[in-house]
Amino acid sequence: MCGIVGLLVKKPGLRPRLGEWMLPMLVGMTERGPDSAGLAVYTAPTAVERRKLSLHDTGGTVDWGAFSTAAVAALGPDTTVAVKANHAVLESAASPGTVKQWVRGAFPQLVVLSAGRRIDLYKDVGLPAEVVARYGLAEVAGTHLVGHTRMATESAVTPENAHPYTAGEDWCVVHNGSLSNPYQIRRKLEPLGIRFDGDCDTEAACRYLEWRMREGDDLEAAIHRGFDAFDGFYTFLMGTEDKLAIVRDAFACKPAVVAETDDYVAIASEFRSLAKLPDIRHATLFEPKPEEIYSWRVQ
Amino acid sequence: MSAVTAAAAPATKLFDLAHDGVRELNRFLHQDAHVLRGLQVVVRNPDGAHNLAVGVNAPVTVEIDGHAGYYCGGMNQHATVVVNGNAGPGVAEGMTSGRVHVHGFASVSAGAAAHGGLLVIDGDASLRCGISMKGIDIVVGGSVGDFAAFMAQAGRLVVCGDAGDGLGDSIYEAVIYVRGRIASFGADAHEEPMTEADYAAVKSLLDASGFDHDPRTFRRVASKRELYHWNADATQEY
Repeated sequence: MCGIVGLLVKKPGLRPRLGEWMLPMLVGMTERGPDSAGLAVYTAPTAVERRKLSLHDTGGTVDWGAFSTAAVAALGPDTTVAVKANHAVLESAASPGTVKQWVRGAFPQLVVLSAGRRIDLYKDVGLPAEVVARYGLAEVAGTHLVGHTRMATESAVTPENAHPYTAGEDWCVVHNGSLSNPYQIRRKLEPLGIRFDGDCDTEAACRYLEWRMREGDDLEAAIHRGFDAFDGFYTFLMGTEDKLAIVRDAFACKPAVVAETDDYVAIASEFRSLAKLPDIRHATLFEPKPEEIYSWRVQ
Repeated sequence: MSAVTAAAAPATKLFDLAHDGVRELNRFLHQDAHVLRGLQVVVRNPDGAHNLAVGVNAPVTVEIDGHAGYYCGGMNQHATVVVNGNAGPGVAEGMTSGRVHVHGFASVSAGAAAHGGLLVIDGDASLRCGISMKGIDIVVGGSVGDFAAFMAQAGRLVVCGDAGDGLGDSIYEAVIYVRGRIASFGADAHEEPMTEADYAAVKSLLDASGFDHDPRTFRRVASKRELYHWNADATQEY
């Protein structure tokens, strides 16, 4: 069992409230996922030539002051590092590939969680409320977010195995369910040069969909291919630079409820995570139908 | 005058789940039937909580003022449970008698494995509505998703809207009545002619549920009974 939450605010003036509205949604999914939590937040974009990467110091051993100095020296004087607890966002004009290679060599204890112009990614073990407090997630601002609370069933409880999963740039997936053929998908992707970080089934789906979009499919076309490629149960909630999307498998085994008002689109595994949203009584509520793709674009 | 009005109205007990616990509510509802008989219990701010009014065994009315989570009204006997909102998975699961009425939509597995009573859903019901039903009557004002009445053994499912794929797959002696379009039949389910008894049954179920459709607009779906006996020549092609 796991919990998923997604939120997209429809008006620019509401972007500062994203974290505040998310908080009861994520904490509301604690019973579905008490061992880890994670959140992808889509913020205002970096300058066109710059990228940001979210980094996680899982062991808590990194001296962030020394890290910043080394990053500026290696990646250029315009490199910035913003630290929150054992998490940091590094922004630079260097390409994500260059940054990742440098991080792996100079600070191998760091995990690169995401890359892109908009995405900030936080994930860690602990109760959702603890993870939210650790990283100040109630204060995040942005256009949309994708969150997850995890109850591990098929791989260990570690920060890396928490969701969301990311691949490429500004792309993330959270998953409620379990795939029965992740290694089949992986065997298809690895010969294409696609590298896997862990052994969680969700990573296979995440990298498969990102590969299809890199090959020219739009999000909807990529998901359609996924219907044939993925064997198992899934409700996937996905974020791109300008979209929030959800899809459920043909048997709709894993729950999801959508609430929509003039101000927001909110998605959660269960209504109890939506109950505290403003004006929820007047929201349009529905359950996504099996194998139908629902997506909302940032306005 | 006011004394007369008070005597005529049923006694009411209020639970506000903004501060009362679900366990507190259900403990109250698990008292002896003679204590609860005729009582009206109102549940405010349910906010999708699970297991509301589960396992009640008394002629009591429970009104849930909002959306219910998983298994609302499950294992019900004798009680009337009204949800002024939507219901989560497994509403009225395992009910044996009484009535559960959802004014919004219901999630998956509504009325699953239930032996009796009446489940009314004003809106749509999601997948597997009436799965393994064993005697319950279910009336859905909207449409039902895929695999409705899967392995349904007894009871009646009335669908005022459309039915999804695999309707009545591996159905036994339950009967389905559908007013709208049927996407596809499941294994061993087929359409049969309506009889006068069927029209009367549909009318009585619609009347009990507050719908006024013409029973003559419904079609009957039941078992071909070809799965009742092992057929070695079928080579698993059902």
